[in-house]
Amino acid sequence: MTLDASAISLTNRLSEISCKLKPGEITAICGPNGAGKSSLLQALAGLLHIDAGQVSLDGQPLPQLPDRAKRIGYLAQAPEIAWDVTVRSIVELGRIPHRDTLPGPVDAALEALELTGFEQRRAQALSGGEQARVLLARVLAGQPDWILADEPLAALDLAHQFHLTRYMEGIAARGSGVVVVLHDLAIAMNHADRVLVLDRGQLVEDDVPEKALSAERIEKVWGTKMRWLGEPGARALAPC
Amino acid sequence: MNRATFVFALLLALALPLSLLAGRVWLDPATTPNAALILGELRLPRAVLAVIVGGGLGAAGAAMQGYLRNPLADPGLFGIAPGAALGAVVALWFGYTASAWLLPLFALIGAGGAMALLAAIAGRTGGIALFTLAGLMVASLAGALTALAISMAPNAFAMSEIVLWLNGALTDRSWREVWLSGPLVALGVLLLWRTGRSLDALTLGEPVARSLGIDTSRLLWLLILGIGLTVGAGVAVAGIIGFVGLIVPHLVRPLTDRRPSQLIVPSALAGALLVLVADSLVRILPLVTELRLGIALSLLGAPFFLWLLLRMRRGLA
Repeated sequence: MTLDASAISLTNRLSEISCKLKPGEITAICGPNGAGKSSLLQALAGLLHIDAGQVSLDGQPLPQLPDRAKRIGYLAQAPEIAWDVTVRSIVELGRIPHRDTLPGPVDAALEALELTGFEQRRAQALSGGEQARVLLARVLAGQPDWILADEPLAALDLAHQFHLTRYMEGIAARGSGVVVVLHDLAIAMNHADRVLVLDRGQLVEDDVPEKALSAERIEKVWGTKMRWLGEPGARALAPC
Repeated sequence: MNRATFVFALLLALALPLSLLAGRVWLDPATTPNAALILGELRLPRAVLAVIVGGGLGAAGAAMQGYLRNPLADPGLFGIAPGAALGAVVALWFGYTASAWLLPLFALIGAGGAMALLAAIAGRTGGIALFTLAGLMVASLAGALTALAISMAPNAFAMSEIVLWLNGALTDRSWREVWLSGPLVALGVLLLWRTGRSLDALTLGEPVARSLGIDTSRLLWLLILGIGLTVGAGVAVAGIIGFVGLIVPHLVRPLTDRRPSQLIVPSALAGALLVLVADSLVRILPLVTELRLGIALSLLGAPFFLWLLLRMRRGLA
């Protein structure tokens, strides 16, 4: 159950990127602004028409809709809930690829994100952190093999970042593949199993966090001198 | 059946018989001479036509607001109503109104042309922004050509006919218009109803909807066809009747769980109710000549729109 990119290219955004992603792991995609992180994630989700190369799932080209939607859940960068619908309605949207609103997976997703009792709350009454959890629960309700999330921690305070990271670790521990675009390199360093570093559309690192996010690499890609403090698993980034 | 569907179906069932009795002359079936004739040939087709036209506009408004994720969207913005109006104006300009079928036929051709233009520009990519801009362009083009037709009208009578017709009304309509518009609007509402789940998915934005397996190109085609049929057929038989598509979803939304899919059928019922009641009121008002329905609804709709804007501004503040 792998998700692979084979020499995928997209004009001005991605240049011949190849990677093999494994389930049960959190893979972080990092890079400076405009590096192509969101484009790579959308290409892996089959949401972008790439110019060259191929994305495969289990060694086969990405399946067509709606099968693809059953296997790959996508969490967009900017959280958007257009109407003041209930939490349960939002989470039930995750069942659209399955053409049902089975209460089992919806209840399980609500429970996994500690949203039981929130079902009838309205979207506009939710805090940023609650909204992020509801949107992740929507993805979980679809029971996908892969969860691809674009900056899910952006705009969250420290506590909510911690909780959401913990949820994603739990999802990966249960065997799903989790791929997240992250700006916070310390979170990638401490919580990801693997990090892909992009720079101007090119994949420049694909390794465990300690190697992929070395101080030298950070200086080359982000153009700033930084050093890691603390022990592995509890690292913090500080300027030199 | 959700609560809103039940409420508006009930209100419509109550309003329909009342509207048959209402008019410059209140009808008493027992004593009014020729009551059966007046009911069967004048008031019933007019009431049924109000239900058809309003139903189509209401459903189209709910679908448009769901698609654009904007409570200020109105089906009139997307060029189909101006396109249909242009078709009708061409018929009036050339004096093709001797046959009663020609004017609605020309209007339907105009709506079809606007739909084709929209589809040609925006249909392939299925993008919401491009669709909106294409609609505005079609609306501007059709509006400019209509203004040109008015300014170059062959005579004062044609000009007056065009201007009057553009204001929208259900006066002097017969079963012919009912049979012409009814099946088209019904088909359009059915197509719009079929977009419900896709519109629900769009609540979370276009990329998420696509990731959930929604074919956004198919959705766009369904919307163009659905709105083309509902609005185009409505304009073809009644002229331009604005604001119904804007107002109605706002009346319906508080009675639903606010999912776009839950709005389409009750909005069709509420649109039918609004046009039916408005048309009954314009008949009752003690004016020298009957107030045009399109003008009456604009007089009602414009302040509503302003109230909506102010309420949204308060919400943002």
